[in-house]
Amino acid sequence: MVETEDFRKDFPLLRQQMNGRPIVYLDNGATTQKPESMIRAMCGYYGGCNANPHRGAYALSVEATDIYETARDRVRRFIGAKEAREIIFTKNATEALNLVAYSYGLSNISAGDEIVLTIAEHHSNLVPWQRVAKAKGAALKYIYLEKDGNLSEKDVADKITKKTKLVAITHVSNVLGLVNPVRRVADRAHEAGAVVVVDGSQSVPHIAADVQALGADFFAFSGHKLLAPMGVGVLYGRASLLETMPPFLSGGDMIEYVEEQESTYAELPAKFEAGTQNVGGAAGLTAAIDYLENLTFERVKAVEDDLLAYALPQLRALPWIELYGCDSERDNKTGIITFNVKGVHPHDVSTILDSEGVAIRAGHHCAQPLMKYLGQIATCRASFYFYNTRQDIDRWLDALGKVREVMRIGN
Amino acid sequence: MGIEDIYTELIAEESRSTEHRRHLDAPTAVLKGRNPSCGDEIALELRVRDGVVEDAAFTGVGCAISQASTSLMIGLVKGQTAEKAKALAETFLAMIKGEIPEDDPALDELGDAAALQGVAKLPARVKCAALSWHTLTEVLEGKK
Repeated sequence: MVETEDFRKDFPLLRQQMNGRPIVYLDNGATTQKPESMIRAMCGYYGGCNANPHRGAYALSVEATDIYETARDRVRRFIGAKEAREIIFTKNATEALNLVAYSYGLSNISAGDEIVLTIAEHHSNLVPWQRVAKAKGAALKYIYLEKDGNLSEKDVADKITKKTKLVAITHVSNVLGLVNPVRRVADRAHEAGAVVVVDGSQSVPHIAADVQALGADFFAFSGHKLLAPMGVGVLYGRASLLETMPPFLSGGDMIEYVEEQESTYAELPAKFEAGTQNVGGAAGLTAAIDYLENLTFERVKAVEDDLLAYALPQLRALPWIELYGCDSERDNKTGIITFNVKGVHPHDVSTILDSEGVAIRAGHHCAQPLMKYLGQIATCRASFYFYNTRQDIDRWLDALGKVREVMRIGN
Repeated sequence: MGIEDIYTELIAEESRSTEHRRHLDAPTAVLKGRNPSCGDEIALELRVRDGVVEDAAFTGVGCAISQASTSLMIGLVKGQTAEKAKALAETFLAMIKGEIPEDDPALDELGDAAALQGVAKLPARVKCAALSWHTLTEVLEGKK
């Protein structure tokens, strides 16, 4: 058992109580809570050196520029990119993936081409590709799952062909919590001449991610799932690809010269960062990454593994609980448990758990095609982070017991 | 207010009731109500003749609150004039949004459906209780 109690003290929200008891926050897949050091970094930026970066030739603006570019290099090191100009700041993973779809996708995908996705994609790495496919007359092909929730090896082999121009794959499913074999899929895609777009939103908070080792051509994630504020996200793109791509959003700061009829565009990364950027968010992201790397991913994994090992046998012993994606034997499960209470709708489960101070997610988790594939309209999801404890699991399981009582389902 | 005041025995039982869960013969209107954020989908079937709701039923899936609310609504409006049913829906929707006092005498007209009053205290679930009543209003106003 790992001692985790000490992490909560770093998180102002987790120090609060609800109805006289600590809050049990098990919706980390949606967004994580924020450490004090990150909040202080944002306050420090806005209270100490706020100015528009890249513009004014005065000390404050220079300092803001420095904070912003420091964040870029911090992200570069964090995900193992070669160059800082390969890191584009966006508002979130969704915007990052849309950037790839609209800029790379619309320029490089044509009628008759194929885009291959996994059925476990979040809508943010799925709907943009539907739009590209519709606009260009391309086809979408899906990699489905084995019984244990892992990607079908047969589909990986069969669906990626010479026709495939792009493969979109999530590093970790936000519903199943399973780490996908991104490198293997990327090798297969590259053999076929396709580029690989990886959604790292659910991986970077939990496991070390190295874009070069993964073979990712594009890699997107949101800051807010990684201890950082909402409103700052990242797109990594291989420089050789980003250089050939047209701008996505256009306006201030992404140009060199603007004439009445024509403009020339700035070099990377500015070409993809139109308008005033979220420097406060970038400052927060630097502090969040510092916190996480100081903690180490080994500690994160140790806590999550412990919580899974503690919770899963207890859940399996309850005949009225159904589990999804909890049978992988590959040691590739992150701290997500997706489940249903038989005979009770997930939204009722979540409301009743909330009355016990336990926050979980209920619904389709922005993954409707996966829900349909699993034969469920909706599910409940408890997602852990390193600040969760065995006491949190106890409170969650106790509250689950209450669900059937409240719904008057016989024992 | 505790969770038991929202998920009362009546609501829990009504959510599993099959009394009104069927298809109608010769419905004059069938309309689906959807809450895309929950994946809930409830199809309401009505037979309205000469300004009277002769029969009503529903099919589909949803949470206990939406299922109980639909079932109670059907029990309430069956046999009523369309005008009266519309007025009842208006009262129910005002109640669920917390727009009328808890002891307003108009609530008596809602019968057992007044048991859903507690949902007004759960902002995230108001849409579940309101779903079928909105569908009913749409049908009766001829928007189907």
